Amino acid sequence: MSAPETTSPDKAPKVGEPLLRLEGIVKHFPITSGIIFQKKVGAVHAVDGVDLDIYPGETLGLVGETGCGKSTLARVAMRLYDTTGGRILFEGRDITHLKGEELRALRRDMQMVFQDPYASLNPRKTVGTIIGAPLRLHKTVPRPQIKTSVQELMELVGLNPEHYNRYPHEFSGGQRQRIGVARALALKPKLIVCDEPVSALDVSIQAQILNLLSDLQNELNLTYLFIAHDLSVVKHISGRVHVMYLGKIVEAAVGETLYTTPKHPYTGALLSAVPIADPRLAKAKKRIILEGDVPSPIDPPSGCRFHPRCYVAQDRCSVEEPLLRELGPEHTAACHFPLESRIIETSIETPESSP
Amino acid sequence: MSEPLLEVTDLSVHFPTEDGLVKAVDGVSFTLMPGETLGVVGESGSGKSVSFLTVMGLISRKSAVIGGSAVFQGQDLLKMDNDELRTVRGAKIAMIFQDPMTSLHPFYKVGDQIAEMILAHEDVSKKEAGQRAVEMLRRVNIPQPQERANQYPHEFSGGMRQRAMIAMALSLNPDLLIADEPTTALDVTVQAQILELIDRLQSEFNTAVALITHDLGVVAEHCDRIQVMYAGKIVEEGTGDDIYYGPMMPYTWGLLRSIPRLGHDTDRLTPITGSPPSLIYLPDGCAFSPRCPYVFEECHLTEPELLPVDGHHAARCHLSYEDRKRIVTNEVLATP
Repeated sequence: MSAPETTSPDKAPKVGEPLLRLEGIVKHFPITSGIIFQKKVGAVHAVDGVDLDIYPGETLGLVGETGCGKSTLARVAMRLYDTTGGRILFEGRDITHLKGEELRALRRDMQMVFQDPYASLNPRKTVGTIIGAPLRLHKTVPRPQIKTSVQELMELVGLNPEHYNRYPHEFSGGQRQRIGVARALALKPKLIVCDEPVSALDVSIQAQILNLLSDLQNELNLTYLFIAHDLSVVKHISGRVHVMYLGKIVEAAVGETLYTTPKHPYTGALLSAVPIADPRLAKAKKRIILEGDVPSPIDPPSGCRFHPRCYVAQDRCSVEEPLLRELGPEHTAACHFPLESRIIETSIETPESSP
Repeated sequence: MSEPLLEVTDLSVHFPTEDGLVKAVDGVSFTLMPGETLGVVGESGSGKSVSFLTVMGLISRKSAVIGGSAVFQGQDLLKMDNDELRTVRGAKIAMIFQDPMTSLHPFYKVGDQIAEMILAHEDVSKKEAGQRAVEMLRRVNIPQPQERANQYPHEFSGGMRQRAMIAMALSLNPDLLIADEPTTALDVTVQAQILELIDRLQSEFNTAVALITHDLGVVAEHCDRIQVMYAGKIVEEGTGDDIYYGPMMPYTWGLLRSIPRLGHDTDRLTPITGSPPSLIYLPDGCAFSPRCPYVFEECHLTEPELLPVDGHHAARCHLSYEDRKRIVTNEVLATP
């Protein structure tokens, strides 16, 4: 996917070397039977051959349904899971098999913000302890200065530094997510993986967190890998967007292109399924309702993995696996029969407002 | 339109707690016509679920002080005792909940759970009830319904569980279906399947649907009328066009501006500042005043009433109609 450098929108500055590069990442979880003598009887093909580049300063969006492998991919990239195959390069350095002290040092550069702000904060620790934990573990700040650093971090993410000694239950969902963000920022990482950071929040609070994330990106020159299932959120925050289905990337493009002219039928169906908060646009959009559920990743379908649910599938799709190929500037999709028409109209006739 | 199916008047639900009186629902009135879809939007804690749980008689009077009336087909649901309610609940008003995993019993087969519902209300044999359960599963597009009826909920995927819940809810052909965040736990593609299914079954059975959700997109696509709730009160109600193209209440504006919308490009979202108020210590005057960017003295003094703007469109706000009209055109709908 070494697409030639073209004029990319400001959300996606593709400059220089990628910060993180994933090459042919495969992650299979073994399924075993037997209690004492465990025999491998199969594998969950969570991620199956994914290439991905993240450039410094950009926000890369990753969308897909539950079970498509997007969180697994993020965890592999963070070295929280070992890979089954493939290489991970961080700033040009192979980190696939780093161990011990070297791996610890690497963790300073990549941090994560989790989905559930209730489950990801220890209820028995004060906020100060939670945000300060990475500082204590990595000894980046001398002990007596930890408190001031933590308070600076709290201020940075819009929390009142005086609440240093409060416990997580004293905060609302949005504030808790701010605590999660502050903890991720503590070590001044280069890459932050946001795994569904706003899906557990109320709509009016989502916007606050999304704005916070983009402000921090501008201020601290952060790089985000932003995972979500909500396409409108991903489009809002990301430059380039990758769509995943059953462990594979099926389409990759700049957000705008992806939303106006999706090429892969799965992307088309996803877009059509997103409820649009605009009755007239919603009526104008094509409705594609996919049949059934995502197939089991234990025994993925032959050929194109999407063919059993695909509405444009032909015989070839069940036999030959489509590869990612270029279908436009910085736009790749893995499909034998790419879509040609639009799903969502972007221009509407100006609504005549009621008197 | 003839007689309303459900007429809720001045409903209030207050929970006395150690910390004070929680006014979860405070003076809510609305009507629901047969066959209509009403969308109820609001954040967590705005009282949208509690008001419908009360209508269903699922809020115990031991824990709450309930006021007002909810007249359903000529009978006040709030005055019924448990035995009377039981004949209405399930048979005439059915409800589906957000989490299909916790609302199905894990130890019983799905088919038996649906049949149990039929047996409780109708004098039919077990065998016949079983057959009707299978038929209902077929109607909600579950493949191989005969075999599926003999399986347990854990063998179903999330979307299929929600289908089974819908099958159960519609098995007695109710007049009103209350769907409390029916798709929040599901993926968008499955959500589209479920909402399509509710739409289709609604026209087949001519059921009225109350769709409770926090997703403004879902209500835009599926509802005839929409009511927006905030801090236990209805703050705006109207048709989809009223709410999306001519909203008349700052909270609705805030909601519309704080969501990224496909087809509307904005570089920056405008969040609603602060967080929802405590339902124990509600702010004086308008409950939204502490978060409202257009607040003025009057807002802190008296509470605005839900006044009609035009036709069935009503909103709670002290700002003059002209001011609101100007703000809506210049600021809220300004983004193309």
